Amino acid sequence: METKAAASKAAPAKPGRVEMRDIVKCFPGVRANSQVCFDVSPGEVHALLGENGAGKSTLMRQLYGMYQPDEGEILIDGLPRSFRSPADAIRAGIGMIHQHFMLVPTLTVAQNIALGERSGRWPLADTKRVVARVRDLAEEYGLAVDLDAYVWQLSVGEQQRVEIVKALYKGAGLIILDEPTAVLTPQEVDDLFVTFRRMVAEGHSLIFISHKLGEVMAIADRVTVLRDGQAVGSRMISETNRDELVHMMVGREIKQLEPRALEAGASRLRIQGLRALGDRGTEALCGIDLEVRSGEIVGIAGVSGNGQRELAECLAGMRAASAGTVCLNGRDIGAASLNERVDAGMAYVPEERMRDGAIGEFSVKENVFLHDHAARRFRRGIFMKARAMNEHAAELVREFSVKTPSLDTPLKTLSGGNIQKLILARELSRSPALIVAAQPTRGVDVGSTWYIHQCLLQQREAGTGVLLISEDLDEIRALSDRIAVIYEGVIVGIVERDSASVQEIGLMMSGVGA
Amino acid sequence: MKRPELDWGKIALNVLLPVAGVIAALCVGAVMLLALKVNPITAYSALFNGAMGSTFGLTQTLVKATPLLLVGSGICIAFRANVINIGGEGQIIVGALMGAWVPLTFHYWPGWALIPATCVMGFLAGAAWGFIPGILKARLRVNEILSTIMMNAIALQLMNLLLQGPLMDPEGIARGTFLAQSAQLPKQAWLARLLPPTLLHSGAIIAVVLALLAYILLWKTTIGYSIRAVGLNPSASRYSGIRVPFYEALSLTLAGGFSGLAGAIEVIGVQHRLMDGLTSGYGFTGIVAALLGGLHPLGLIPASVVFGGLLVGADKMQRAVQVPSSLVTAILGIIVLFVSGAALWSRRWSAKRLARQRLGGGA
Repeated sequence: METKAAASKAAPAKPGRVEMRDIVKCFPGVRANSQVCFDVSPGEVHALLGENGAGKSTLMRQLYGMYQPDEGEILIDGLPRSFRSPADAIRAGIGMIHQHFMLVPTLTVAQNIALGERSGRWPLADTKRVVARVRDLAEEYGLAVDLDAYVWQLSVGEQQRVEIVKALYKGAGLIILDEPTAVLTPQEVDDLFVTFRRMVAEGHSLIFISHKLGEVMAIADRVTVLRDGQAVGSRMISETNRDELVHMMVGREIKQLEPRALEAGASRLRIQGLRALGDRGTEALCGIDLEVRSGEIVGIAGVSGNGQRELAECLAGMRAASAGTVCLNGRDIGAASLNERVDAGMAYVPEERMRDGAIGEFSVKENVFLHDHAARRFRRGIFMKARAMNEHAAELVREFSVKTPSLDTPLKTLSGGNIQKLILARELSRSPALIVAAQPTRGVDVGSTWYIHQCLLQQREAGTGVLLISEDLDEIRALSDRIAVIYEGVIVGIVERDSASVQEIGLMMSGVGA
Repeated sequence: MKRPELDWGKIALNVLLPVAGVIAALCVGAVMLLALKVNPITAYSALFNGAMGSTFGLTQTLVKATPLLLVGSGICIAFRANVINIGGEGQIIVGALMGAWVPLTFHYWPGWALIPATCVMGFLAGAAWGFIPGILKARLRVNEILSTIMMNAIALQLMNLLLQGPLMDPEGIARGTFLAQSAQLPKQAWLARLLPPTLLHSGAIIAVVLALLAYILLWKTTIGYSIRAVGLNPSASRYSGIRVPFYEALSLTLAGGFSGLAGAIEVIGVQHRLMDGLTSGYGFTGIVAALLGGLHPLGLIPASVVFGGLLVGADKMQRAVQVPSSLVTAILGIIVLFVSGAALWSRRWSAKRLARQRLGGGA
């Protein structure tokens, strides 16, 4: 941590590695960046924080030569430069790691790194030279990569390391990372941050694009917040806190969620001895016992892949249970179809929202009626009642403040947060007795996350039972009345909100604590 | 929530792209004609004159467009459920069998009963021919492309069998010609001619009405909604309680019904008897027309006229400049390549435009 402290003290004094002055970039209909100033000092991690759509990626794509600014200038090491393409930026020592990696799956790691290199043995690729140099780099920065492996064999985390090595190999002194943690497991994020620290210690500068506050606080030296295309301000991490950053990001106070104390009521969901097979045919649920009562949020905490997905699918009726009972409002629904469960009062927010929860090519309006198009009030015989549908969809969009240009806009053009709000609106509009929400805020921006949490709390107050399945422990702890920890298909422990410490839950999640 | 303004740019693109595709394909065809040492201008003017230059040509174009429109509408429905129906030929044949069998058997019925009954039976026969691969896909996940092709072979041999046997024209037997064709249908079963002496018959109107019905089914009813949902995202459909296998089977059954109706109408509207070679490849050309029409029953109406015209013009061109009419088949294929290629390109292009706008948002 000495490097971090040293860098933050030294940063403002040194001349900037990069300075972007008064950048303006417009696209048809949007001012993506307006008068943005941004600078990076040598040896610092500068986070660029903002919600989806705030203009972070646009700003960085201009630095990387993918776009040219309409106004303003970019200075590299004090000299004004204009990049016509990423190749120019790479030559100036700038590298960018995109959210979607730019690797060729059928080539080896070494071949991928050698791509686009001038080869000494033209027209043959000179991977030998690459290999030697990359070995040194990988060792120097603690980036374990198997150079002979094919990219398709690598995990996402490993592919990211290859991208980083590639950028370093090309001589990048400044690396832009666009939401690098979005695809990683918590352990991989820790490893990535270790790498960051080594790179910074070697004098590299990093720009870390993110909308996750926790990560920004953990790794950055300095943070600049963008909102609606404008730079709201920059802070040293040591001189700011979460609340201030949230406020800068969202533009208004986001109140801490404070669930009111409620007496839990009648049983909504009772699961006893539930067993089910996973996709590989091995047992994924090995006897789950759980109850969710009215006016209660029960959180399922656990490391990904311990049976959460199978549990959610069993409850939705999409996966057959091999043993055990599931009762909704006291009625056994174990053998019921999805439609019967919905009629019995279940609402379901699936984990994979674009695969299972919505149809991207369908319009906003059509997505509202994925289940209810067959409901009596929206049809006459086989004909859909266009007006009733329009009114209902418009009402939901308004009520849940889904931001969409129109009801006929294809859903896939909306942001993740707005898509999720629409799915939630659809599910809640049926006034369910029980909500099963799987990863309801994964990949969703801060404002929408807050909104979705509010909705769940309101449902709780209205007497709905909520089963919240999430890999985000902060979310579970903020919302749940009781936290059930799942490990290898079994609930290993249930703790009350107030009596739970993170350490305790963490131990149970790793199968030790129970 | 105001309604979005009509995006004229997009509409123009949707119209211009197919037109440009047709023109580009004709240019490639011109090169092929030159290779055959034929003046492409002479050839093409023969083609256009044949298809549109006279009342007779124009009505022939519409006569050919009729089965294409019917088959294509069914293809659109199946395609929307992401089910690919290659079985148009077989479905036309079984529909045509009904088109001959019903009037020949119930020859004492009046026309007002016989014609609707024939159409309904044609539809049902085709629907049954679509239902078999449909249910096989729904229940056993049998690939519908293979099963519909095999159903074509079965239908063809079934027709051959019947034409050699029970359906063979008694007159042919009496005269000893033994032609593989049925007796002529009773006159009251013939569809009305719209513009005598041309062959244009009221089946063209039925086809347009059916295309409109297909459009209404797909976009105004819960059935069509479910079919489209299943085609776009079966997983989300399942999670919404939509019975995915049911709609897959249904769409293929409906597609079969449309083709079967095309077969029955071809018999009672044009041939007035069942004979070999009656399908003229409509089952396949209908797929192509559906693609050109953007898999939309309303887009299909002009598209099937274009293809009808090309089929008619091809004959004329063959006679005028002595090129094989298979050259026109090749040109039809090239048109599809160009148009579907252009559609792909335009989708990419608009996706890119969209992405750029969203990046404008900064995501």
